[in-house]
Amino acid sequence: MTLPTVTVMLAGVGGQGTILAADVLAKTAVAAGLDVKLSEVHGMAQRGGSVDTVVRFGHSVASPITDHGCADHLVAFEMIEAARQLPFVKPGGRLLVNSRTIDPLPVLIGDLAPPTGVEEALVAEGAIFIDAEELACEAGSPKSANIVLLGALSTGLEFPLDLWMEVIGGRVPPATVEFNLRAFELGRRACGEGGACLV
Amino acid sequence: MSSTLLSGNEAVARGAWEAGASVGIGYPGTPSTQALEVFARMEGVYAEWAPNEKVALEVAAGASMGGARAFVTMKHVGMNVAADPLFTLAYTGVGAGLVVFVADDPGMHSSQNEQDSRNWGPFARVPVLEPADSSEAREFTRAAFEMSEHFDIPVIVRSTTRLSHSKGVVEVTRDRISTEPREYLKDIGKWVMMPAMARARRRSLDERLRQMSEFVEDSQLNRIEMRDSTLGIVTSGVCYQYVREALPDASVFKLGISFPLPEEALAAFAAQVDRLVVVEEADAYLASHLRSLGLDPEPVGLQPVGLPAAGELSPGIIARALGAEAPATRDSVSGLPPRPPLMCPGCPHRGAYNALRKVKAIVTGDIGCYTLGALAPLASMDSCVCMGASVGMAHGMRLAGQGSDRPVAAVIGDSTFAHSGVTGLIDLAYNGSDALVCILDNRITAMTGHQQNPVSGMTLQGRPTTEIDLEALCRSVGVRRVRTVDPHDLAAAEQAVREEVAADELSVIIFRAPCALLIKEKEQPYAVDEESCTACGLCIRLGCPAISTGEDGKARIDAMICVGCGDCVQVCRFSAIELTGPACDIGGV
Ligand SMILES: Cc1ncc(C[n+]2csc(CCOP(=O)(O)OP(=O)(O)O)c2C)c(N)n1
Repeated sequence: MTLPTVTVMLAGVGGQGTILAADVLAKTAVAAGLDVKLSEVHGMAQRGGSVDTVVRFGHSVASPITDHGCADHLVAFEMIEAARQLPFVKPGGRLLVNSRTIDPLPVLIGDLAPPTGVEEALVAEGAIFIDAEELACEAGSPKSANIVLLGALSTGLEFPLDLWMEVIGGRVPPATVEFNLRAFELGRRACGEGGACLV
Repeated sequence: MSSTLLSGNEAVARGAWEAGASVGIGYPGTPSTQALEVFARMEGVYAEWAPNEKVALEVAAGASMGGARAFVTMKHVGMNVAADPLFTLAYTGVGAGLVVFVADDPGMHSSQNEQDSRNWGPFARVPVLEPADSSEAREFTRAAFEMSEHFDIPVIVRSTTRLSHSKGVVEVTRDRISTEPREYLKDIGKWVMMPAMARARRRSLDERLRQMSEFVEDSQLNRIEMRDSTLGIVTSGVCYQYVREALPDASVFKLGISFPLPEEALAAFAAQVDRLVVVEEADAYLASHLRSLGLDPEPVGLQPVGLPAAGELSPGIIARALGAEAPATRDSVSGLPPRPPLMCPGCPHRGAYNALRKVKAIVTGDIGCYTLGALAPLASMDSCVCMGASVGMAHGMRLAGQGSDRPVAAVIGDSTFAHSGVTGLIDLAYNGSDALVCILDNRITAMTGHQQNPVSGMTLQGRPTTEIDLEALCRSVGVRRVRTVDPHDLAAAEQAVREEVAADELSVIIFRAPCALLIKEKEQPYAVDEESCTACGLCIRLGCPAISTGEDGKARIDAMICVGCGDCVQVCRFSAIELTGPACDIGGV
């Protein structure tokens, strides 16, 4: 069996939970019997800087990192980061974007103007927008926005639902399992459960 | 055997444990830190953070001499600090196995420079192993302990960010090599490196190196993969993975041991391929060694596209350097603001910089979260070179005559002060400097992810312990003016700075308040009263991520981000910042 390697990039801002989401995705792929590489960067960037994590899975995966034009999926936790990482997405790739903006410090302090045309550019690239925080609140806590986005991603991947549920159940703090599973479900529904996205 | 998903760092820790290492010592530093943190949580080990890397290696040297297998961890710049014992430990050799894990950071994700730790191999005459994924990280660390004992030499296991921080599938075992300490036998010819003995050990080292050079010629840690013979790549570490991805048909000499090099095997490989190319990050380490062997790798770096001399490689960069077309991409969006890392809401460092900015100080800085004080809007730090440098540099600035119109101050964190700032302070006291040294004591090593340190009162394995009495320490080295302030009390902080820069002798101010991330219960958030706000911008200049400017120029506070530290309330001259109603219980994401 040779499966083409699938590359997923998760992009966000330090503190948004991209690393946990990437970990759940990687563990799900392992549970499905695939070879997996996950690449993240710790340290300075985590203090509110841009954070991007790459998960690659398939029959046999060599490189943990990817290049411009090579990601099959981009899951962006924030719109400016979605725009920043856009060049990584393959022309036919899938672009899931949390419809939220976190202004970087130079914008907050008025040194730089807020960027214009970000949403329009993402729309033009066929982005699918999801309000992950709102769905997460509906599920029980805004902290599970990362799991909402995973739910949305899952409709474009071929892992069985119970595998995802099992991995999430084993990975998030026990007290939060219930609302995280609900968050995953809401993310899936927002993204058409295997079909076309509804947003 | 069972398989799990491990990062390179976790796998190195696992390998050390399986190899029977019973003592682990290190100093934190991205991307190496988790290796010791994970090791410390394993069964039947003793592990500690040392105040710096030199001490870490010396503790390990003693453990090894005393018969326990010792595991040392650090980032690349840590090796500069530990280099002194390293060079001589190559002469003495080891008692039980001694392995130094060092993680480089090509591309400088979290570092002040790029260094290629493979160079320590020929420089210090110690073997260097380079795993290429998590699975090899475990296997090679085990092999490193074996080599260390077999050849009587410390062994370096070198990683890079993309190995340390990438996860892959690893087969692990519960079996562990015996940790019974070996017997200690007094042997001054081996352990007392005074000239006569050192000369003999130098000859022994040359002999050990000769044996290692033989060993590497057919070691399983090096691997030749013959495919299409038109292109042969020599590579090591994570670059091997990029090569496999970029050039799946190429023949590859994958070096697992980058010192000593298997010279004969490399020459044989070179003879079998039409084109010989070296793919490596950081330094042209392999390329220059191959050249010194008379093998002539193509200078890929000089081609029109070329491999970059600095920064990281990727499969795409390698493919293009060797002539492949770049894949089609989507256009990037222009005009995006950069997103630099920032000081957290409630960070105590902010108050110290606010005070230093008030007196327009020239600030020699250091490394830690407080390095972010160099960026706008605080923009109050003038230098950052290496850990501990702030203190000596403040003295040097004074010697250059600076300080008459703007005062000179050093800024250094608690962990950094214990690492190598204290020796600088001794210099300033001893030589009568009149600079101001500010110790930003946030009770933890924050930047690298909250490691305990000699100031925090807790060890790596969670044992309560003594903490340095910083005030007494500074006094004991001869500083007479030592005072402590709470950086969240902005007026008191400013007054302390004003008084100490005016003093005509050396002074130390200890700014003491815990890292905001150590405070689990958030205070009630603040809000801006739009009526009273005059859009003066003073609160914005604190650089708090919770405060932004609206279109009307007035301040806004994001209640989801605000932790209620109250710094902004103190800078507002119009009492426009007040507590909100009952805190909404939505935390940040
Ligand atoms: C020789 C060396 N070792 C380790 C590091 C990694 N490092 C950078 S800053 C730092 C410690 C920061 O702690 P502290 O001084 O307490 O400041 P904080 O981050 O808590 O503000 C470490 C370990 C380094 N840069 N150089």
